[in-house]
Amino acid sequence: MPSYLFWLFSTIMLIGGAAVIAFRNPVSSALSMVTCFVGLAGLFIGLSAFFVGIIQILVYTGAVMVLFLFIIMLLDLKDEEKRARGFAPLAAGLALVVAFVVQLVGILSQSADKTAPDLDKQTLTNAAAQFPKDSKIAEALTDGRLPDIHLIGHTLFTQYNLPLQLLGVLLLVATIGVVTLSKRQAD
Amino acid sequence: MPELIFQLAIILTKIVTLTFIVVLPLVPLSVYFERRFSAIIQDRVGPNRVGIPLSLLGFKKDFHMFGLVQPMADGLKLFLKEDFTPAHVRKAFYWLAPALTVVPALITVCVVPFGSPISIFGHAEKLVIADIDAGPLFVFAVSSLTVYGITLAGWSSNSKFPFIGGVRSTAQMISYEISLGLSIIPVLLYFGDLNLSKIVQHQADNGWLLLPFWKDGKIGLPDLQTAMFWIPAFIAFLIFTVSIFAETNRMPFDLPECETELVGGYHTEYSSMKFALFFMGEYAAMVIGSALIITLFLGGWSVGFGLDQYISQLHIGSFHFGGLIHMGCFLTKLLAFILFFILVRWTVPRFRYDQLMKLGWVIFFEAALINVFLAALIIAAPSLSTPIIAAGAILLAVVTGAIIWVAKVSEDQPKPLRA
Repeated sequence: MPSYLFWLFSTIMLIGGAAVIAFRNPVSSALSMVTCFVGLAGLFIGLSAFFVGIIQILVYTGAVMVLFLFIIMLLDLKDEEKRARGFAPLAAGLALVVAFVVQLVGILSQSADKTAPDLDKQTLTNAAAQFPKDSKIAEALTDGRLPDIHLIGHTLFTQYNLPLQLLGVLLLVATIGVVTLSKRQAD
Repeated sequence: MPELIFQLAIILTKIVTLTFIVVLPLVPLSVYFERRFSAIIQDRVGPNRVGIPLSLLGFKKDFHMFGLVQPMADGLKLFLKEDFTPAHVRKAFYWLAPALTVVPALITVCVVPFGSPISIFGHAEKLVIADIDAGPLFVFAVSSLTVYGITLAGWSSNSKFPFIGGVRSTAQMISYEISLGLSIIPVLLYFGDLNLSKIVQHQADNGWLLLPFWKDGKIGLPDLQTAMFWIPAFIAFLIFTVSIFAETNRMPFDLPECETELVGGYHTEYSSMKFALFFMGEYAAMVIGSALIITLFLGGWSVGFGLDQYISQLHIGSFHFGGLIHMGCFLTKLLAFILFFILVRWTVPRFRYDQLMKLGWVIFFEAALINVFLAALIIAAPSLSTPIIAAGAILLAVVTGAIIWVAKVSEDQPKPLRA
């Protein structure tokens, strides 16, 4: 990704993130969060992870945040806008940030300083050797394209098949739980 | 560096031509078609007068052009009308909302393949702005942002009916996004690819998904697997088309702007060009929705009948102009589908809100899920042994029966909660 695009999207993301807590109005905050997510999706796409970027928009921006907004709009916002902010939440937030930064510095100082290989034709063709000759993934790789969706699918369904199935069951249980809870009759 | 500038120039040309010269004029054109076609359905005449006023220049008669200039006159009127902002609205969001409905609809244009590649002087150029490998997902992701425009319009208007319209729209769009996404999984399984250009190329070579009657340039009956796949493909087509109607807030699902209940719904407080932008957004979404349906199910730019190979090879000197013919074919199909949208709007009565939700969650969601398994079974059948196929088919039938039974049971009215 050209570096100016990286700076553009990370600026969008940071401004969005800062605006989430800076705005008094919850609807503005939710929309800033959407901006932040769009910036994040831009960063993913810049890293050639088209699928992750698009799913980021589809799931978080298009579904989760819409539901957030939906709920926020049904609330009485006047109270929220007037509420004064105490010192305690601010301190807790700062402590979290500091803890996170310390952790990040700790991890970064211990990991080796390596650059990932460029996604040029040579790297991709070499990677194609790991897959069966006539598969779609190998074809795309020898073409010099990164078939990210096929690769994610391949990894999920071969390497992480059992966790994937378990997650599916977990989601199903959660869905059924929600339906039964919301349909429970008082008698 | 010159190479980079050349590429940028090509991309810019494609964006300007395909978005602003091909797709955007389709919006006023479909408004014109809407008015004329509804007039035909209701046995009226419709706008047929606005043309070139030649009598102003001293000629004897005006040139009416079947009223084709009407949309331009309408647009001019909307621009010149007073742009009134009510005092009780939340200004920033009120101004943002119309833009948020139009912009996503126009962004999605960039992955639609308009025709086969054209080449001049040995330089081939695809007739698609961004040929990315996640076409349909990109369209869903970006068009899911449209909901913000409508929701914010309803909320920022700060009055009763727009707000109800906005809330209805949010619930409706989220519900139908699910069946929209699930219904095309069989199609993606079949093509094994998410690149829209490749999907269309595959259909041009092997027959359209809903008309698989030619292969490699020869007309003939499809093999057993393709013929069997026609069933899940058709179910997917039905669910997808109806969900697109719901996603674009078109009749019979235009509950968010239902005028008998909500005045004008989410755009009640809007006037002038801001009001027109909502309509532009709706029509642009309709154009893109039709384009997606055509691309996935009806062969995209492909002319069909095994003629595509021949058309791509047509050339004058080094200029291969087959892509332009394909583009014409695509636009013809697009117009036909827009006419279908209009026909449905003026002939089918509006749904009730509970019926709408039921159709989305109880019928389409389950049907799309079962359809995924059916399609997977048909696609995997050649590599499975007969007992496994039979077991799969029986299992599928049992699951289908169970789901229909549950849907029937859930129709019983629950006892009211005691307060």
